[in-house]
Amino acid sequence: MKNKMVMFLLAAIALIALPLFAQQFGQGWVRIMALALLYVLLALGLNIVVGYAGLLDLGYVAFYAVGAYMYALLASPHLSENFAWIASMFPNGLHAPVWIIVPLAALLAATAGVLLGTPVLKLRGDYLAIVTLGFGEIIRVFLNNLEQPVNITNGPRGLDRIDGMHLFGLDFGKALMIGDFRIPSVTMYYYLFLFLVVFSVIICHRLETSRIGRAWMAIREDEIAAKAMGINTRNMKLLAFGMGASFGGISGAMFAAFQGFVSPESFSLMESVMIVAMIVLGGLGHIPGVILGAVMLSALPEVLRYVAGPLQQLTGGRLDASILRQLLIALAMIGIMLSRPRGLWPSPEHGKAAPAPLPKPAG
Amino acid sequence: METFFQQIINGLVLGSMYALVALGYTMVYGIINLINFAHGEVLMVGALTSWTVVSLLADTGMPGWLMMLISLLVAIVVCATLNFAIEKLAYKRLRTAPRLAPLITAMGMSLLLQTLAMIIWKPNPKPYPLLLPTEPINLGGPVISVTQCLILGLTAVILATLMWLVNRTKLGRAMRATAENPRVATLMGVRPDMVISATFIIGAALAAVAGVMWAANYGTVQHSMGFLPGLKAFTAAVLGGIGNLAGAVVGGILLGLVEAIGAGYLGELTGGVLGSHYADIFAFVALILVLTLRPQGLLGERVADRA
Repeated sequence: MKNKMVMFLLAAIALIALPLFAQQFGQGWVRIMALALLYVLLALGLNIVVGYAGLLDLGYVAFYAVGAYMYALLASPHLSENFAWIASMFPNGLHAPVWIIVPLAALLAATAGVLLGTPVLKLRGDYLAIVTLGFGEIIRVFLNNLEQPVNITNGPRGLDRIDGMHLFGLDFGKALMIGDFRIPSVTMYYYLFLFLVVFSVIICHRLETSRIGRAWMAIREDEIAAKAMGINTRNMKLLAFGMGASFGGISGAMFAAFQGFVSPESFSLMESVMIVAMIVLGGLGHIPGVILGAVMLSALPEVLRYVAGPLQQLTGGRLDASILRQLLIALAMIGIMLSRPRGLWPSPEHGKAAPAPLPKPAG
Repeated sequence: METFFQQIINGLVLGSMYALVALGYTMVYGIINLINFAHGEVLMVGALTSWTVVSLLADTGMPGWLMMLISLLVAIVVCATLNFAIEKLAYKRLRTAPRLAPLITAMGMSLLLQTLAMIIWKPNPKPYPLLLPTEPINLGGPVISVTQCLILGLTAVILATLMWLVNRTKLGRAMRATAENPRVATLMGVRPDMVISATFIIGAALAAVAGVMWAANYGTVQHSMGFLPGLKAFTAAVLGGIGNLAGAVVGGILLGLVEAIGAGYLGELTGGVLGSHYADIFAFVALILVLTLRPQGLLGERVADRA
């Protein structure tokens, strides 16, 4: 027990000190780490849906997009520039506070999830995969085209000039000076995301051991048996779907604030597949595994950048970093499913820990 | 009225291509209960293979139709081999695995095929040459191209052959038996491995034909061309009742018609609010509606709870 506490403290100190150390080598490194944390957040959310409840959601990025566009619309001059009545209500431009936008983004994403889930959740899981995939595409088509006749999403050009985060009087868009020590904006976002990840891990962990979490896992293992045990499978599935979606919405809002720019390109099907690949690779339904998968896959392109240059020359421009990444992800998905179907760091199996066979009596 | 008939023709052509792909989905699903995500990619491989063959033959000066026929045959062979290999390498071992495992593998396979195609054929879109006479045939107002005629005719022949194969031959009987109850079929002397391989090969051949048609009709080929047709063809299969061959055909043609007519009239109906670029979402809206109102599909049996 004492050892565990020490390990925890050491890990916490390492995570807090990491960006301060990394920013010596350039802010790009801190940026990569912050994005990795954002992916961890997304993966934790999808893990609720796929890992705990066993519902394959291939349009997860749609909820991410909903959150991101929600933030972008409510915290950028776009709406007040395009609609006179909004401009007259908010003469200084629409800059809604974070405390309104983020819960709204979560709520909207959760509503979208529940609405989408209601017709299909009573059907077989395969249908859900296809419908969510289609939903992801629908959202993208709308984001791309909702600039006519009224300009809402600004089409493929995307929305820019998005406000940064403002929390407790802190402006995350500017560097913070503590005495002589300078904490750049990226590092502050890193801390914000770190806080959210830790918070989400606690939520997920509590969920996992709660009545709800156990109900989800029962549904995942055998839906008919779960029903027979008195679990309201439909509501439980909807709850998983809505909860996962709200994680996606919050991550989306964070993404918009962090980047200051959103466009439909960031919400392609490939992104959904990436997030699924992260949790599958790491270990479905196991929080440390999911975090491992998310960090690995989001850091992969940065590592590949160093290999890709020579490789590109060697293959005459056929293999660049992004293609190589896609190839590795595809191979990993197939390979892991065939050889280690439960992921790199799977959760310990319950109920299968049979007592070790007694040693044979000698002689 | 002329536009209406024109859109009907376009819809029928689009629908027959969907139907061919949907048959592949529905046959595989009927027998091993797997949504073969990579099926759309097989169509893409067929189209790109045919493009390569046509480019190689371009200087020989043989007539266009012969080039197309040769490329079609090569595409069928390549796709059938590919799909056979995919099943043996990736899906076979997962037949008894939990349901998510084969689905995720199929998704990975789809991504893998797309990436490999991007590496082999480079990512840029390539023009598919016009091999058939381009003079449109006038039907007293609406027009139809020779390629479109060919697509409709070929689809009809293929469907008839397939129906005969499934309903009248020994292999067809084995396939139907395996779909109904694999264990009992095995007891009756059917070899499931053989039946499953045959299903994947037939499905791939149909997808290859659809891919060549798609390329000839739209005149461009690319590594990402398989995704949307694949997704829509699956929708068509669900629409008609997955696992049901006639349903796949009906669903495909219906979906093609809805899309073509919708794309033609959507702008007018909504006063220009929604343009024809929303055509792509018809399929998904239709899918959600069907799953809500009639989950077993138009012609299908109940499959919702089959464990």
